[in-house]
Amino acid sequence: MSTIALDRGVRHGFALAWRGILKIRKNPEQLADVTIAPIILLVMFTYLFGGALAGNTDAYLQMLVPGILVMNILQASMTAGVQLNTDVSKGVFDRFRAMPIARSAPLVGAVLADVVRYVVCVVVLMIVATVMGYRVQTGPAELLIAAGLAIAFGLCFCWASVFVGMLLKTPQAVQGIMIVLIMPLTFGSNVFVGTSTMPGWLKAWADISPVSMLSDALRGLLNGGAIAGPLTGSLIWMAGAVAVFFPLAMWAYRKRV
Amino acid sequence: MALAIRAEGLVKHYGETKALDGVDLEVPEGKVVGVLGPNGAGKTTAVRVLATLLRPDAGHATVHGHDVVKNPRAVRSLIGLTGQYASVDEDLSGTENLVLLARLLDYSRAGAKAKACELLEQFELTDAAGRAAKTYSGGMRRRLDLAASLVGNPSVLYLDEPTTGLDPHARNEVWAVVRKLVSNGVTVLLTTQYLEEADQLADSITVFDHGRVVAEGRPDELKRRVGGQTLQVRPTSLRDLDVVYRILGDLTGARPTRDDDTGLLTAPVNDPVLLSTLVRKLDEAGITADELALRLPSLDEVFLSLTGKRNEGSLV
Repeated sequence: MSTIALDRGVRHGFALAWRGILKIRKNPEQLADVTIAPIILLVMFTYLFGGALAGNTDAYLQMLVPGILVMNILQASMTAGVQLNTDVSKGVFDRFRAMPIARSAPLVGAVLADVVRYVVCVVVLMIVATVMGYRVQTGPAELLIAAGLAIAFGLCFCWASVFVGMLLKTPQAVQGIMIVLIMPLTFGSNVFVGTSTMPGWLKAWADISPVSMLSDALRGLLNGGAIAGPLTGSLIWMAGAVAVFFPLAMWAYRKRV
Repeated sequence: MALAIRAEGLVKHYGETKALDGVDLEVPEGKVVGVLGPNGAGKTTAVRVLATLLRPDAGHATVHGHDVVKNPRAVRSLIGLTGQYASVDEDLSGTENLVLLARLLDYSRAGAKAKACELLEQFELTDAAGRAAKTYSGGMRRRLDLAASLVGNPSVLYLDEPTTGLDPHARNEVWAVVRKLVSNGVTVLLTTQYLEEADQLADSITVFDHGRVVAEGRPDELKRRVGGQTLQVRPTSLRDLDVVYRILGDLTGARPTRDDDTGLLTAPVNDPVLLSTLVRKLDEAGITADELALRLPSLDEVFLSLTGKRNEGSLV
């Protein structure tokens, strides 16, 4: 692909991302999964289980916030597939396809628009956490790096959702499958509890799962502590997710569109 | 005359179903060709192939000389597409819809706004420009849809059943718009289930049935083959049936068909003025009628006469 074609492709991607953002602005309830849902999780786990798990809710909150951020970014990243699946079945998508634009432009647009959702997710969660008593122990630079890392994580794993979104027929099916995949992935990790009391097979997985790795990296960045190990692990997982799911997503997309 | 669209031997299968079974189609530049046929005849499949949305299994097609399979990008830069169902983004306003498409067609930000304004004005949607398309009436939505397909100044326009589901008023609006486009030199391929629509808009008509072309010709030629209009009358009282039968027969010079159960009399006519003559004659004889109408042949009748069989998915 020539640079001119690439440049146009990116421009068309941005135009379609603008469409996605307009749609979010007109239907703000679409943001419920990155605003209300994370707040409920955070409040529920902190006040319901926090005392029992960590002695007091304040200590638990400090441990929980970075993990719940990862969990919610991952959940937010499944929207790309649902959204694309909804779009493909509509007449307006035929119009895009009959235009002289890059075939991948709608895909790029959907993924770029998702970044807005990730940002909303991070901002809302950090504000609510702060109100509840959470404090970043490091500094603003670390906070920004942590936020950027979380968003990048979402961008890497959203290709799995795009892949599923292009394989399945209806948006409901995509949503259903993604929840089934994401639930064990997020709960089978160190987001809510340490892995030391888990049975061996689960601990083995939970110690190296992408969700645990990134949660630990964010804990290091926000609360202080080891960063290098979990950060490397996270980056390997992210690269792996892109390496596996990006080609699969593109293949399924090209087959469908 | 130069051809804008040329398709030869197009075939498309969906499993056992042959959506297209060897379709040839030629659309001269600047003309309107109507593709007429019932649901499932292959009209939409043909449009999708010609709009580069679908690869044919066999055959080939060109738009202004560009092959739809080998050079889809060149074809896409020439065509505008209005789908069977209004293909605009319901959540976006009229302006936003058009600006988005203009941006995708490489208009500058200001240029895109200007183009959107111009089209909204042209399609009398300026007052609704800021409202979400989902609040538009059916007719307005189709107009926005048409406007959307014109953002790229296409030289070839596909209109896939542009008035299906519209009320007569909205339908007339769409027809007026299409006529205006044609007067500006745009080539139009129109699919429709309505003979009247093809008659109103098309320079020539191609009739599809089960993925094949079963007839082609100018509207008047086709109608002559089908038998033109019929006059239908149903007297209020069955006792008057014989008298009306005679009057109708004298008037049209034909032997009316007669349904003794419903009391409906039907006779072919070639002069629409006969309707008012019939009204006068019935009046003179002091006979009232429950039903009195001049009918164009329905698509079913076109089919019956062109294919010798009744159209399965009946639609009129």
